[in-house]
Amino acid sequence: MNPTLYAVRLGLSRGWREFRQTLVSVSDVAWYVVMAVAFVLVLFFQRHSAVKGTHVSLAFAVLPGILGMLVTLGGIQGAASALAVEREDGTLLRAKAIPNGIAGYLTGRIVSVSLGTVLSLVIVLVPGLFLIPGLPDTPLTGWLTLVWVLPLGMLATLPWGAMIGSLANGQQSVVALSMLPFVGVTAISGIFYPISALAGWLQGIAQVFPVYWLGLGMRSAFLPASAAAAEIGRSWRYPELIAVLGAWAVAGLTIAPIVLRRMARKESGSSMQARRQRALQRLG
Amino acid sequence: MGVLRVLSEPPAADAEAEAPVIDVRGLHMRYGTTDVLAGVGFDARRGEVLVLLGPNGAGKTTTIEILEGFRTRSAGEVSVLGVDPAAGDERWRARLGVVLQSWRDHGRWKVRELLHDLGRYYAPYSTPERRRPLDTDELIDMVGLREQASQKISSLSGGQRRRLDVAVGIVGRPEVLFLDEPTAGFDPQARRDFHDVVHRLSDMEDVTILLTTHDLDEAEKLADRILILAGGRIVADGSADQLARQVSGQAQVRWSRGGEHYVHSTGDATRFVRELLAQHGEEVADLEVRRASLEDTYMALVRRHEEGRDPAAGAEFGEAAR
Repeated sequence: MNPTLYAVRLGLSRGWREFRQTLVSVSDVAWYVVMAVAFVLVLFFQRHSAVKGTHVSLAFAVLPGILGMLVTLGGIQGAASALAVEREDGTLLRAKAIPNGIAGYLTGRIVSVSLGTVLSLVIVLVPGLFLIPGLPDTPLTGWLTLVWVLPLGMLATLPWGAMIGSLANGQQSVVALSMLPFVGVTAISGIFYPISALAGWLQGIAQVFPVYWLGLGMRSAFLPASAAAAEIGRSWRYPELIAVLGAWAVAGLTIAPIVLRRMARKESGSSMQARRQRALQRLG
Repeated sequence: MGVLRVLSEPPAADAEAEAPVIDVRGLHMRYGTTDVLAGVGFDARRGEVLVLLGPNGAGKTTTIEILEGFRTRSAGEVSVLGVDPAAGDERWRARLGVVLQSWRDHGRWKVRELLHDLGRYYAPYSTPERRRPLDTDELIDMVGLREQASQKISSLSGGQRRRLDVAVGIVGRPEVLFLDEPTAGFDPQARRDFHDVVHRLSDMEDVTILLTTHDLDEAEKLADRILILAGGRIVADGSADQLARQVSGQAQVRWSRGGEHYVHSTGDATRFVRELLAQHGEEVADLEVRRASLEDTYMALVRRHEEGRDPAAGAEFGEAAR
């Protein structure tokens, strides 16, 4: 068998193993629990207020946006921080030292980050099914929408997360490079309140980034068709959604291999040592 | 010990004819305006154990990283297993073993789990002569981690962790093994075990090994040849014994006679002792012959280099020893 394909297959089992490891890790489970509790509280307090001019509860309207945001967060932040951490602790170098190890490593990371993202969606969706009237009535077509929006969203974000993780010098700069822009973009992306309430130029900026479109896609999956009236253009705008997320995915998948290859080539024991030294100095 | 091994096992005649496994000529590495390596040259034959010594910052790690293909050199010719490391593909990589200075990775994995997983990457490169990878349990026994096999890697002690690093380095049954300070943090038992592993690999598996260490005693035990790197050049290349002779041809003879202690430096200790005994017979007591130790040699060479008293001498010496 082609050794690269073989390594990709090994990567699949590596990713699954690492995902299972997060399930028994106290710190990771605690993170998921805190996240679930936070979102459930938000939804719980919003369940009786309705979106202005509709019968849709605010919680119902916000939940899909949160799901969209979690996909972006998982893809960008999950991939970026994993890569930054594992460049520093030597995982990547280990992969580089074995034949086709980088292919296996990256496959493993794609699998584990994707599974982690799916898990974070489940954690919010399941309590939502109990708390939010109407959510359990989501028709099959809605779930099918989720089935294509989710992978498209992962494709649109994960390569960019991987690139940020490759370019960042240590974990702190990952936060600076990914978390801050993410928070900024999320704030104007109509996740927690309708985007139509924002100034036109802010709407324009928001529509460049995947967060808004993922939120839109998720709303289209779960909200009744009538809710599209609250959106820009009074429609779910699937063609635009596919075009924008698709463009991010194509651009990301084109550039990421170049950036990752460059990063992997430059990775060496001494550069790892130097980064660690800097990290220690910051702590000291 | 190392010396005895060399003397009792002269390289086979056909090994001489074989192309060297590692061949480095005129290697330069420049960072900005500093030359870290300024014309390093050495080679290694199949099954040879080379120990690279040198003060901190001498460029040992840089040299090893260039040979591993992890770093691009500024100039010079390098070949490992007949391939330029800068152009080495995965097939070439499968024939190398690499142990770097420090790792903290895969903390959540269990020892056996990780060795098994990483070993599988070598399976496509298995050949009838060299089955890859090594059996996981055999490997675990070899590095002495049987009791930790089911432990999480994050729970290992520093020395155990290092044993694991060595295990990962040899899981693919490499033909060339690079080890950067493999025994840092080892207790005496671990060190002894590691030395056994190195001897086994070089003797039974014909692995060519290049390792760095700061432990001169270890270098003497393991090395077929010692290279001393200082100021960006190889300032010495030879067995511990050869180095000692070349730095100082003198040995010290100590003895006592009639309660008095004597010390004499001589170029031919055997002859001196023979004459001493012929002359004084049974009166001679506490006889001791001491060659310059590797530590003496190392210190002398590094100091000579650092003082820059005779910059050409180092280079000549390196050439002469080859």
